[in-house]
Amino acid sequence: MPDTYTDDAPIATSKHSDAAVGVTTDLIDGQGGAITARAVTINRPASELYAYWRDFTNLPTFMDNVVSISPIDGELSHWVVKAPGGKTVEWDARLTEDTPNELLAWTSEPGADVANSGRIEFRDAGARGTVVTATIAYDPPGGAIGKLIAKMFQREPAIQARRDLRRFKQLMETGEIATSSRTQAQLQEERA
Amino acid sequence: MRALAWHGKHDVRVDTVDDPEILNPRDCIIKVTATAICGSDLHLYDHYIPTMQAGDILGHEFMGEVVEVGSKSTLKKGERVVVPFTIACGSCYHCGKHQYSACDNGLPADNQDIGQEMYGQPMAGLFGYSHLTGGYAGGQAEYVRIPFSDVGPIVIPDGIEDEKVLFLSDILPTGWMAAENAQIEPGDTVAVWGCGPVGLFAVQSAFLMGAERVIAIDHFPHRLELAKKFGAETINFEESATYDALMVMTGGIGPDAVIDAVGLEAHGFFVDNVVDQIKASMFLGTDRTHSIRQAIIACRKGGRVSMPAVYGGFVDKFPLGAFMEKGLTLKTGQTHVQHYMPGLLNAIMEGKIDTTFLISHRMDLEEAPKGYKMFHDNQNEVTKVVLKPGLGFAA
Ligand SMILES: NC(=O)c1ccc[n+]([C@@H]2O[C@H](COP(=O)([O-])OP(=O)(O)OC[C@H]3O[C@@H](n4cnc5c(N)ncnc54)[C@H](O)[C@@H]3O)[C@@H](O)[C@H]2O)c1
Ligand SMILES: [Zn+2]
Ligand SMILES: [Zn+2]
Repeated sequence: MPDTYTDDAPIATSKHSDAAVGVTTDLIDGQGGAITARAVTINRPASELYAYWRDFTNLPTFMDNVVSISPIDGELSHWVVKAPGGKTVEWDARLTEDTPNELLAWTSEPGADVANSGRIEFRDAGARGTVVTATIAYDPPGGAIGKLIAKMFQREPAIQARRDLRRFKQLMETGEIATSSRTQAQLQEERA
Repeated sequence: MRALAWHGKHDVRVDTVDDPEILNPRDCIIKVTATAICGSDLHLYDHYIPTMQAGDILGHEFMGEVVEVGSKSTLKKGERVVVPFTIACGSCYHCGKHQYSACDNGLPADNQDIGQEMYGQPMAGLFGYSHLTGGYAGGQAEYVRIPFSDVGPIVIPDGIEDEKVLFLSDILPTGWMAAENAQIEPGDTVAVWGCGPVGLFAVQSAFLMGAERVIAIDHFPHRLELAKKFGAETINFEESATYDALMVMTGGIGPDAVIDAVGLEAHGFFVDNVVDQIKASMFLGTDRTHSIRQAIIACRKGGRVSMPAVYGGFVDKFPLGAFMEKGLTLKTGQTHVQHYMPGLLNAIMEGKIDTTFLISHRMDLEEAPKGYKMFHDNQNEVTKVVLKPGLGFAA
């Protein structure tokens, strides 16, 4: 990784393959981390978006892979997330930063199935609403199952984060999540 | 319910499938009273469009009666509505600018990936038009689920028959927007390539917008006759050399505005596998562009190019030099149907626009496969097939 950056693009969009390592090692324990960032502009005020996100139990509504998030106390929550082969991975996450209407960040506690951290920023964009930027850093685990999970986490987070943000935007802007299912049965299958 | 489902190339069938249900608060369900087969449906019939799945219900030009409403729908049971073919939310930035076909939220999140990769940003959803455009079930059926029913469908007053307003769903606004994109000034000469429904409505619209002359180009005599009925001069490109004819007819200047209403025609919407194409980054297949190329070359210096015709992939030999050197302007896009519906409904009610001239065949929904075959095999005489559930069979 070059010592000095020459542009203003987010690190997650760097063409240097090792750019992520420097950042992820700062955020979480472990090596070989990966990072992904996505931004979306949502035609609603930052305060509304922040408030919805701040209640972590809301997140499974639009995050497809997240089965549940249960609060433990004001700062700790327990996450259950879908993994390949019908399995789940779990961790406790600690809220590390919380600036109302601007920023939320969390990091998994030691012993997580997948070490990870997330950061979501809300920036006022005037007449266009709010720019929401999500940065997810994670440490793909080793071992046999680890490889499977890594496969999922290495390929998926970028796509997953993008889709989750689109669903968040749909929910906030339109009050619902778009589906092309025709019947309840199809919808249940799609959301399973 | 009964619905026209796609099963493969030149294989469409009327199947019995589960009725649609309200799934989101803003949904409504309509009972279809009239639906049309579009030229664009033939691209599906010919299997030029990827991401089709056996059993997909087709149809994006339809209207009907509201029979069920979600908690946030503003429609009432019993109202008669025409449904825009573009599925748009009405609440995003683009909808706020009335750029409905660019809606951010019309497509399910997962279906947005392809558009994001291919075009840089995903577009709105469309009814009955492959999974690339959302995988929404279409309107060639007895019932349809309509998302965002509080902002899409337009309520039709009693006393106007279905056939007069059905084309508000797609081709009338498309022809109108094509003329609007040509930025016509009084005294202009406008040339229109293609006398299908879109071209014919563009001809009518261009005159309404103050064009002095409209020159319509096609090779089907019957379609050229229809253009002539609306006051256009015609060029049959099989009988005459289009560019030479245009230059003589415009005193060597060229048309002030040109409209390409041909597009893919019968040949290759996308190269067969879009996803492979993206992966390979080797764009060997290209959209056919004969008409747009000719339109650019014929257009006068400083003129306007309007392109309602649909292109999906990449083009070869696009006359970028002529385009730049002559200082042309190009406007295009999927139609922002919701924006044009109210004004055009008024124009129909005031008798300023004739829509029913286009309909050459009326059939029961059960006869839809026959309708597709006829439309596919005989474009000269078959200008528009309208399907009506429960119409009964012709002798
Ligand atoms: N922008 C939109 O939102 C939108 C909506 C509907 C349709 N469309 C597109 O508009 C186009 C026209 O639609 P349509 O339903 O009228 O189609 P159509 O197939 O019925 O009509 C096309 C006509 O073009 C003629 N033609 C073929 N090659 C020609 C050439 N080289 N020069 C002149 N004419 C030629 C054909 O004979 C035919 O009559 C299609 O590309 C369709 O997909 C766009
Ligand atoms: Zn159509
Ligand atoms: Zn929208």
